[in-house]
Amino acid sequence: MIKSNIKLFVLSFLLLISLRPLQSAEIVDPIKVDWSFKGLTGTFDRASLQRGFQVYKEVCASCHSMQYLSYRNLGEPGGPEFSEQEVKAIAASFEIEDGPDSQGEMFTRPGKPSDKFKSPYPNVQAATAANGGAYPPDMSVLVKARKGGANYIYSVLVGYEDPPPGVTLDDGVYYNKYMAGNKIKMPNNLMDGLVEYADGTESTVDQMAKDVTTFLAWAAEPELEERHKTGVKVIIYLVLLTILVYLSMKKIWSRIDSEV
Amino acid sequence: MSEHEYVPKSKAAKWFNDRLPLLTLGAHLTDYPTPKNLNYWWTFGGILTFCLITQIVTGIVLAMHYVAHADLAFASVEHIMRDVNYGWLIRYIHSNGASMFFLAVYIHIFRSLFYGSYKSPREVIWIIGLMIYLLMMAAAFMGYVLPWGQMSFWGATVITNLFSAIPLVGDSITTWLWGAYSVDNPTLNRFFSLHYLIPFLILGLVVLHIWALHVPGNNNPVGIDIKKPSKDTVPFHPYITIKDAFALLVFMIIFAGFVFFTPNVLGHSDNYIPANPLVTPAHIVPEWYLLPFYAILRSVPDKLGGVILMFSAIFILFVLPWLDTSKVRSAVFRPIYRQFFWILVIDVLMLGYVGAMPAEGIYLVLARVGTIYYFLHFIVVMPVVGYLEKTDPIPMSISEPVLIGGAEPSLARKVNDKV
Repeated sequence: MIKSNIKLFVLSFLLLISLRPLQSAEIVDPIKVDWSFKGLTGTFDRASLQRGFQVYKEVCASCHSMQYLSYRNLGEPGGPEFSEQEVKAIAASFEIEDGPDSQGEMFTRPGKPSDKFKSPYPNVQAATAANGGAYPPDMSVLVKARKGGANYIYSVLVGYEDPPPGVTLDDGVYYNKYMAGNKIKMPNNLMDGLVEYADGTESTVDQMAKDVTTFLAWAAEPELEERHKTGVKVIIYLVLLTILVYLSMKKIWSRIDSEV
Repeated sequence: MSEHEYVPKSKAAKWFNDRLPLLTLGAHLTDYPTPKNLNYWWTFGGILTFCLITQIVTGIVLAMHYVAHADLAFASVEHIMRDVNYGWLIRYIHSNGASMFFLAVYIHIFRSLFYGSYKSPREVIWIIGLMIYLLMMAAAFMGYVLPWGQMSFWGATVITNLFSAIPLVGDSITTWLWGAYSVDNPTLNRFFSLHYLIPFLILGLVVLHIWALHVPGNNNPVGIDIKKPSKDTVPFHPYITIKDAFALLVFMIIFAGFVFFTPNVLGHSDNYIPANPLVTPAHIVPEWYLLPFYAILRSVPDKLGGVILMFSAIFILFVLPWLDTSKVRSAVFRPIYRQFFWILVIDVLMLGYVGAMPAEGIYLVLARVGTIYYFLHFIVVMPVVGYLEKTDPIPMSISEPVLIGGAEPSLARKVNDKV
């Protein structure tokens, strides 16, 4: 009797869940990419992270900040893993405002690995004003801040199209298949051959979109590789301990005339 | 409480125990006679204790690094995730721990509903449990505000605005709660303070909950009163401790699965966008464990009515022991009530589902039907079914399934094995 009830209950719940697609028919699902960092043992593609950083630095960084990252993160395990010299060189290529000095003056100096990523604008208002009234969001946790995560970011980057007939766009507004509402204020910044990859990889739009999305996924979850590795160990440990405790329990309960 | 007076072995222990009988308490907890037929639904008390302690320990560490200020809170959470050693692990345990806590508490509550654990003489245990549940919801809601993301801010705005529905003084009360004229820095600050306080109130109530439990002893799947200690009971240690440990470990595997492999699946992606009072998210949804109540709230077109109904949905549970007229505790012997129990489970799940959807069209209809049924279950079904239902014969004891009335071999076997 209880069994059949549970069946009924599962069935009606599935029915309920299946109503869902009726609701969200207009939204285009993002493209599913087989990312290397998906799955229980997923890790980042080191070369892709380094290329992605290059795309970020040369393309995105002119408008988007990444204020929660430090240059040192670029050399840490589980990330792009640039060498110590490379990280120092990258940091030093930025002029960072520091101070006040002993005279009370602010001054600029070359960046150090401990500095946070330099933001393109001094504040949100300046960024908004410079971009036609749309704030280019900080990209530190962008992948976690969007439904669909990395797939969504990648889809938007490659989702620019000519608007369908009947759709008129204002100046500075672009049509994007995957953006909610299909209207985006960020122009299509990627075109084939835009950056010259240091490792010789051909910089197609698709390649750049994948690389920079991988970089953003790492930026949002720099702990991902360690988390996956630790997780596998923790689960194995817990399963073994569970088996031992289960056997102990059976043994202890065998002393009395009762099942456990 | 224990039948046999405990005498410590050493002289020093006796000296101490005469002054503070902690050893007597320890002996009582060890020997505590527990029904031997408790199934795995009974392991959630131990699991919940584990959840509470995990939340307190991880929470204390998080509070060492968190900054409760509207301009700094979001950044301090990112600081925890990126710069604090294993900060990501501690925070993910804490955030997923809240969900696991509620998962366990819902199973615990529905177990009580199925086996009639709220009935005489356990009404006080039930009421203290509900107070714990209320405090849990308050703590979880305030905790969700602390990262100061979009859902934090707008969730806080929606929930605190409910109080403005109170006639005459509503607006003043809301302003008083906020400490400002909208959800702002003072609100965040007091929520942090209260979020730190409430778990310790819960801890105190947990002690009372267990104390009240140890007076009549555990209910059991058969739902009959048993002699303690007797052939029907086992000492708590090692029988129940090892069983609780096993169940806890299985629970921890699921918990670890969330923490290490899908740590954000139970949260809302909008909460990784810093709070912005000028931009309202498309859909404001609370955490999953509050969704059934959110659905009830939104099913009423009138704001005050919705608030009253939502709070009634919880407070009606306080009088449940007196709404249930059945003399039989366990639903195992209540063929009609058992059906209604599962309908209630489906009803609450459905309310949770529609709570996550926009309040329009079919979802609004489902929410209204679900809300009406929820109240009907407690106000009509429970008293009436308890009155009219012909219950199955009940065994005299757990080990000796001698049946009142005509013996029914199939039932006897069922009771003897596992219920």
